[in-house]
Amino acid sequence: MPDAILQAVDVTKSFGMVKAADGISVEIRAGELVGIVGANGSGKTTFLNLTTGYLKPDRGRVVFMGRDCTGLPPRVITKLGIARSFQIPQLYTNLTVLESLLLAMAAQAGKGTGCWQPLYRAEWTTEGLQTLDRFGLRPYARRPVSELPEGGRKLLDIALSFALRPKLLLMDEPTSGVSIEDKFQVMDTLMKVIDENRLTTIFVEHDMEVVQRYGRRVLAFNDGQVIADGAPDAVLADPEVRKAVLGRA
Amino acid sequence: MRARLPWEGVVGAALLVAVPFVLPDWMKFIVTLAMAKFMAVLAVALFLRANQVTFGHAMFYAVGAYTVGFGVKWFGVRDVVLLLPLGAILGAAAGALIGLVMARYREVFFAMLNLAFSMMLYGALLKLYWLTAGTDGLSAGVPLFLGYAPARDHLRDFLYYATLLAVAIVIYAVYRFLASPLGFYLKAMGDNEIRIEYSGESVRRVMYLTYVLSGALAAIGGVLAAFIVGHIVPEYSFWIQSGEFVFVALLGGYASVVGPLVGSIAFEFIRTYASKYFPNEWQMVLGIIMLAIILFRPGGLWAIYEAIAARFARKESEVQGA
Repeated sequence: MPDAILQAVDVTKSFGMVKAADGISVEIRAGELVGIVGANGSGKTTFLNLTTGYLKPDRGRVVFMGRDCTGLPPRVITKLGIARSFQIPQLYTNLTVLESLLLAMAAQAGKGTGCWQPLYRAEWTTEGLQTLDRFGLRPYARRPVSELPEGGRKLLDIALSFALRPKLLLMDEPTSGVSIEDKFQVMDTLMKVIDENRLTTIFVEHDMEVVQRYGRRVLAFNDGQVIADGAPDAVLADPEVRKAVLGRA
Repeated sequence: MRARLPWEGVVGAALLVAVPFVLPDWMKFIVTLAMAKFMAVLAVALFLRANQVTFGHAMFYAVGAYTVGFGVKWFGVRDVVLLLPLGAILGAAAGALIGLVMARYREVFFAMLNLAFSMMLYGALLKLYWLTAGTDGLSAGVPLFLGYAPARDHLRDFLYYATLLAVAIVIYAVYRFLASPLGFYLKAMGDNEIRIEYSGESVRRVMYLTYVLSGALAAIGGVLAAFIVGHIVPEYSFWIQSGEFVFVALLGGYASVVGPLVGSIAFEFIRTYASKYFPNEWQMVLGIIMLAIILFRPGGLWAIYEAIAARFARKESEVQGA
């Protein structure tokens, strides 16, 4: 496929007797917004971990923008243009929200290990505050990350990935741990940023409602395999998918 | 790192500049030595910010001291202005070499591997008698300053101000370092290494660069201490010396750049007076003080000062608001 940004070819990963990824072959095209659904243990997060270098596949290849990046370490894959957020937000709790974002911006600018010029530079601070504004985090800019509510943590985790200006953004359960009232607000905020930047995005979600509402293409995982791939309504209506994800057809 | 009001720095600097005029010689010696050791303490404090403790940084302190010893013994060089940068370069070079290993380790392994390297150096300094004169040690000789030999009566003042100048430069450089992206990554490292890697940065690189810097800092302290004390012995690299640096970093507080300086000066005075009034129990006095600091003010002496300053600032704003 000529405009495929990410290709996973027969990617397989086992933990002892358990096959967490069983010959996954998927292509993601530039500009797509792909939701991944599946029950716990179906291989959704494993797929993200294999794509971003957190895990090394036992077999198969991961190709990003034509480059084989199978088994490369996370920092190299990040530099190639894949950024990710985590199910449990990975944040610097002893820094402020703005400092965390400025660090991501410094890394993006290739100045992450600069040791003389300050982190707080006028141009970065201005841009950082604008980014926080877009994620609804501006009021927390000067506060320690540890004081953020759970929804705010999720958003910051994604904002840190977004600040890296990735070509492909992977989000692992962006609404998990977020209250029912807040989850659509969190997703609306994210979708606005993603649409504005035409960012190719894959998000893993266990909430079918969220996937149906926001996904434009859905992959359904079960036992480490992709069992369905297509438009949200079609995939989520598939009895096999409903049985695998919900436990009933 | 909290931005400080300028007057605090001015008052602190003025006090330090005035020391040679107001303190007796023996106290002047203590403050000068404390300032030299401060740089090694600062090197240790950098890693404490990243939740890493090192029990071996005396090795770089010894590298600095023996730079002076060898300079005098083998090359007849005893100029402070020449040996200070040379010591810093050799300390950084040693840090660059050992850092290749150390950047891979954390926590107890980092602490103990540092200790292992420092004890290897200690052993070498003891055994290579033809080179180091073993426990007899080396003489630092009478220092020169850009070729100028001060009169004996003024030598201590020259050394004091040279040390003070080095302290000022080091404080400025480390302040810049801690305010830079690398300095913030160092702080973030103690919190979340995964996020750093997923930012496209290498945690090992952060560790390594900090290690090189810390080697240079401790070595600068060693060069100055060698000239101040006048005698260089393998104990510069001994693990007790490394432990002392950690102790002082905790005593002064490692969240700021000046905390270790306050701790270093306080430690030398506490030790001097404790050994005078409690000659057989002075270590116990130090232990009690450390216990009190950890239990009641884990941020160290600097945190006590900050708490008092914050209280005064609150009172002032209340008065203005009334």
